[in-house]
Amino acid sequence: MTAAWFVLTRLARDRSALIGLVLIALLVVCAVLAPVLSTHPDDVFELHPAERLQAPSGAHWLGTDRMGSDMYSRLLFGARITIVIGLIAVGASLAIGVPIGLVAGYYHGWLSDALMRVSDIFLAVPQVVLAIAIAQTLGPSLPNVILALSVTYWPWFARVVYAETRALQKEIFVESTAALGASPWRLTVLHVLPNIASPIIVRASIGMGFTILTAAALGFLGLGPPPPTPEWGRTIAESREFLPDAWWYAMAPGLAIFLTVMGFNLLGDGLRDVLDPRLRRRRTIRDG
Amino acid sequence: MSAALLELVDLTRHFPLRNAFGRRVGWLRAVDGVSLRVEGGETLGLVGESGCGKSTLGKTVMGIYSPTAGEIRFEGREIGRLERRERRAVARHLQYVYQDPGASLDPRWKVGPLLHEPLKIHTALSRAERDREVRAILAAVGLPDAHVDLYPHELSGGQQRRVGLARILTLRPRLVILDEPTSGLDVSVQASVLKLFRTLQSTFALTYVFISHDLSVVRAMCARIAVMYLGRIVELGATAQVFEKPRHPYTQSLLAAVPRIGGRRVTQDFALEGEPPNPRDIPSGCRFRTRCPLAQSRCETEEPVLRAVDGQTVACHYA
Amino acid sequence: MAELLAVRDLRVDFATDRGPAQVLDGINVEVGAGEVVGLVGESGCGKTTLARAILGILPEGAARIRGGAVHFKGRDLLHENPAVVNDRVRGRAITFIPQDPFTSFSPVFPVETQIMDLMKWKSPRAAEGARPAALGGRYPRERYRADREAVLDTLRAVQIPEPARALRRLPHEFSGGQRQRLMIAMALLPRPDLIIADEPTTALDVTIQAQILKLLRALVKERGVSVLFTTHDLGTAHEICDRVVVMYAGQEMEAAPTDAFFGRPAHPYTRRLLASVPGPGGELRDIPGEVPSLVAPPAGCRFHPRCDHATPECRELRPAPRMLAREHGVRCHHPVES
Repeated sequence: MTAAWFVLTRLARDRSALIGLVLIALLVVCAVLAPVLSTHPDDVFELHPAERLQAPSGAHWLGTDRMGSDMYSRLLFGARITIVIGLIAVGASLAIGVPIGLVAGYYHGWLSDALMRVSDIFLAVPQVVLAIAIAQTLGPSLPNVILALSVTYWPWFARVVYAETRALQKEIFVESTAALGASPWRLTVLHVLPNIASPIIVRASIGMGFTILTAAALGFLGLGPPPPTPEWGRTIAESREFLPDAWWYAMAPGLAIFLTVMGFNLLGDGLRDVLDPRLRRRRTIRDG
Repeated sequence: MSAALLELVDLTRHFPLRNAFGRRVGWLRAVDGVSLRVEGGETLGLVGESGCGKSTLGKTVMGIYSPTAGEIRFEGREIGRLERRERRAVARHLQYVYQDPGASLDPRWKVGPLLHEPLKIHTALSRAERDREVRAILAAVGLPDAHVDLYPHELSGGQQRRVGLARILTLRPRLVILDEPTSGLDVSVQASVLKLFRTLQSTFALTYVFISHDLSVVRAMCARIAVMYLGRIVELGATAQVFEKPRHPYTQSLLAAVPRIGGRRVTQDFALEGEPPNPRDIPSGCRFRTRCPLAQSRCETEEPVLRAVDGQTVACHYA
Repeated sequence: MAELLAVRDLRVDFATDRGPAQVLDGINVEVGAGEVVGLVGESGCGKTTLARAILGILPEGAARIRGGAVHFKGRDLLHENPAVVNDRVRGRAITFIPQDPFTSFSPVFPVETQIMDLMKWKSPRAAEGARPAALGGRYPRERYRADREAVLDTLRAVQIPEPARALRRLPHEFSGGQRQRLMIAMALLPRPDLIIADEPTTALDVTIQAQILKLLRALVKERGVSVLFTTHDLGTAHEICDRVVVMYAGQEMEAAPTDAFFGRPAHPYTRRLLASVPGPGGELRDIPGEVPSLVAPPAGCRFHPRCDHATPECRELRPAPRMLAREHGVRCHHPVES
């Protein structure tokens, strides 16, 4: 617990990391308390043609969309979808990428080479393009978006874990623990993994932002969950017909995506600053 | 003669040399046919200059490198070609101490779990039994019980070193290979580290193979020494005897190079010329002949084998 | 003996996370003309910092000189015009041999390029002020020829075989011992008055070390160059030095001619240090306790917490220098008679 507390207090001291932390906290609050915070909770799935395309007002803080639903309420519920997509996709990518990276990093030989070449192939194609292709093939739905994102994002984790594992293998404590008779399982899971946790956490935070942005792109292209799901990317796509008159229609979800992605990126950068210098400093103290 | 604790028979470890395209262009003969016996309870010194293969020898015995040829017999059993799982089990009795035992501690683990780990790997002891064992070892290396809750970086360098040693001793190994354990230490620290090694040896009935380039340390610690040059043992014998009357011309030069405080400057008379040849390109015949004052034409063609001369063993035609 | 270098009461602090560390605390060291002086002490005692302070290459920002003087040929280098020190002293009158011959050359240029670059700036044949003004400045042809002859002569003196061919090779084509020979040659080429050698044989094997020590001592004696030689190895100090100064935690403890230093040490620290060298009979005597933190060092004599002879006086007041014999000084309230 002390380590987590240390990280949090350090993050709070760095202004941009603090902004990131606040933005993400806001996003989580919005998602969790969506039914409470929203002014028109029923609007998400109900149509009010009479009230369509109204500008922001006291009744509808962010205006209404082409179906007459309250934008503010839909945004709040959209935050839930965003978080679900990000968490599951990044979680699945971790679950695939970390073990592959560990195995490829620990063993030297054809298996390691084969695993890394496969991940290279994935990295050679831009993630959005690959995700579009997969989502297109499987058909538009929430599970398919998550699947497409997971399948395309794991190589990033595999790369990071592979490189860090290889670097760590040269450390004396890893070699000496092996000489003690520790099994490869014990060595990688109990010794290597905790020591490379920092770069994985940083990567995961930046990956959240990246994945959410790609998910919005898929939604925008109509490859996301079908209407009337209040997905942010698709909402922007819908708004195009009514621009520039219904400016709020595109701006509200656009800003939401922007702030969310920025939040995760700022947090990721902040984490890198907090987690890495600490390690570096510990090493220099031992040297001196 | 009963079986030695450790016996090496013609142990060889070569490393392939590859060019930029990954094609093998030759062999680095790091250890090239070493035969050696280590008896239970003794401290055998293994000395030589950098590149002579002493560390490779230690790591090959330890299983970090697999032997290219030859045998490693530990307690009469061949361990050089065991299946991995079986080889790991041998580690319980055969341990290796790195130059800085403090660096062998995982920075993310507390001292307690670090000391429990070897017992978890090799024994089926309960938590309470392991606890008792760990406390006993901590006391033996002179650290308080309370240290189990600290992280390695919260300890001083000397304390880290003691924890690193304790970690190896929890397994009660029979043979410990010490690889340059005093290199980089100041003399005053070195003296306390060497004292600790001696105390531990008598407490735990350890056998040491002491790898070092520092002859004065080897002289203080070892009853018997083996001198290596370019992958081979050139002289082997009781320490006192070898220091008193070195037979091999290389041993003679090596001893002549060690400063003797209080006496005449040894460097005034130091005569050995040149530097050791590249181990990638070992001379024919006797490996030392390119620098040897006694070298004759026979040394160029015929590699001398170890032979007994007055209780010492020397690999030289003219010793 | 005429003093070439005299460090007087030098104090240097280093900024650390926990506050300023008093790395040098009123150090006094003298080097006479043509003398080889050993600066002996354990890691962290400040010997490298002292060497750097004399050369004027302390890390900027981290190190702060709090007081004292470095007199070299009658001038105080600390208060001299930095441009003058750079031009006439550093690399010319005072040269440097580093500990690590592996990293002291750029790996991508032949040795010749690197040595001739040095000569372009620091050759004794270049009149002061007449050296190339800018990095791209011209290297006069006649001087180049003369300098190159001098380089070849010096390489022969440090026993580099086939000097002309050796110059064309890249640094990694030399062994560690040969690279250290090149370093010695480069330190001798500007015909300095003083060479500062910072643990130059620590990274070498014992037979190579013996060769290098023999060579270095012969060369400096033949040319009358003074050497300040830092080492943590007492054996090395015995081999090469005329006089030894021992440091502990940023203070000098004892200074004596080599015979007296090893034969009649008077400071308790010197005695404990010498006793901790393993003897031929295998007896081992360590110094109990640890080297103090330099951020909050003990007052008075910094060795007092580990000293058997310490009295209340030692805890309060750093002992003044006391001369026991000619050139044998000790800073101890209770020097041991022998």
